[in-house]
Amino acid sequence: MDLRPRSHPTYLAFVVHRVSGLLLALFLPLHFWALGTAISGEARFDGFLRWTENPLVKAAETGLVVLLAAHLAGGLRVMVLEFLGWRKRQKDMVALSAGLALLVGLLFLLNVV
Amino acid sequence: MSTRGQTHLWMVQRVTAMILALAVLVHLVTIIGAVRGGLSAAEILGRTHGNGAWFAFYVVFALSAGLHGAIGLRNIAAETIGLRGRGADLAWLAIGLVTAGFGIRAAYGLFA
Amino acid sequence: MAEPASLKVSVWRGGEQGDFARYEVPARANQTVLDVVTHIQRELDPSLAYRFACRVGMCGSCAMTVNGRARWTCRTHVRKVVGADGELELRPLANLPVIRDLAADLTPFFDKWQRAQGRFQPKDATDGAVPEEFAVVPPASKARREADAGIECIGCAVCYASCDVVTWNPDYLGPAALNRAWTLVNDVRDAGHGERLDAVAGDAGCHSCHSTQSCTERCPKNLDPSSAIAGLKRRLFWDTLLGRR
Repeated sequence: MDLRPRSHPTYLAFVVHRVSGLLLALFLPLHFWALGTAISGEARFDGFLRWTENPLVKAAETGLVVLLAAHLAGGLRVMVLEFLGWRKRQKDMVALSAGLALLVGLLFLLNVV
Repeated sequence: MSTRGQTHLWMVQRVTAMILALAVLVHLVTIIGAVRGGLSAAEILGRTHGNGAWFAFYVVFALSAGLHGAIGLRNIAAETIGLRGRGADLAWLAIGLVTAGFGIRAAYGLFA
Repeated sequence: MAEPASLKVSVWRGGEQGDFARYEVPARANQTVLDVVTHIQRELDPSLAYRFACRVGMCGSCAMTVNGRARWTCRTHVRKVVGADGELELRPLANLPVIRDLAADLTPFFDKWQRAQGRFQPKDATDGAVPEEFAVVPPASKARREADAGIECIGCAVCYASCDVVTWNPDYLGPAALNRAWTLVNDVRDAGHGERLDAVAGDAGCHSCHSTQSCTERCPKNLDPSSAIAGLKRRLFWDTLLGRR
């Protein structure tokens, strides 16, 4: 793919939104299924939660939290454009949503370790 | 699907997005609070067990997320691999509802 | 930037299938990309096909892909787009059939203006007659300002060539046609809103736009088709929700 016509902030925002959305949509059934299966008793649920103590799982969780926050913040930008007609400062809003996503990821990381 | 049906799908996508905007915010705050000092089943179940408000929240959340995700996947599939048409639309709707069903099952596990 | 003495220009030759030909063109002060193409056709290779008319940014006929980006060539200065080594790459507009060399076929682009009901349908004289009285439209009214924001379109198809949704879905109406529809939806003298909103709804219309805003980024007239499309979505959302259509 030729990147020259696509190298501008709102295009990048679209790519982040699409990739995060795709990954989250694929993760969602796994998340629901694993949780539904784990919660069949407190002991079994605790066993599942102990598995999440694994640093690799924590790293993956942090990634998911960033994806979720990025999809949320990017989605809000699109919706204020669509429903409120905020056409100005779109690029600032892209930067703001990126910052917000990273901030949420950092908050999660600080609390989980 | 008629253009009216496609318009309705877009509207569902945006209405669920508005619900999810609030729900995800609550979810993120809950996650960050819950992981502080490690996750424990007793702590999570203590919050949700027998609590109708949390159960209702998770049912609405799961339904919105299931539909929102499936409509998003429909758009991606149409644009990247050219998967379009009535059959595909019905399949995506089913996938969205089944996903939501799994979520409601998990929410019921937390509640009961 | 230091200006090289000559430009090394790669020009697309052929139809959909073809290849780049390379030309050396003397660099001059205040040279536009269209000047470069004209030099090649007049001095180096008279068989080169391209299209232009006004040369002053009004007619919208000279748009091409310059170093990967769609641009109006008559108002694009070479020094703004050329690399340090004097390289210039010229292709016909993307997302459109290639007639030959740098000339793209704009038929699908204009057909979609028709499909989006992009023509004015007067309320007062539906049979095409001239109304007896002038319509009074306050220039500061919200609807008129929305319409004014989009009416300077010259139909150059730069937005259409820059839009990925057009690439992914050849039925998609594209930014220019949807922008045109939005200006008419905001024209209080127009009677065709109902049909027009039906025509721009759905997967081939405004609802496929993902707000990448490449159209707004590339429009040489600094219009904002992305916001126009957002306006159509907003209008269709409330009209459908409240049963007005």
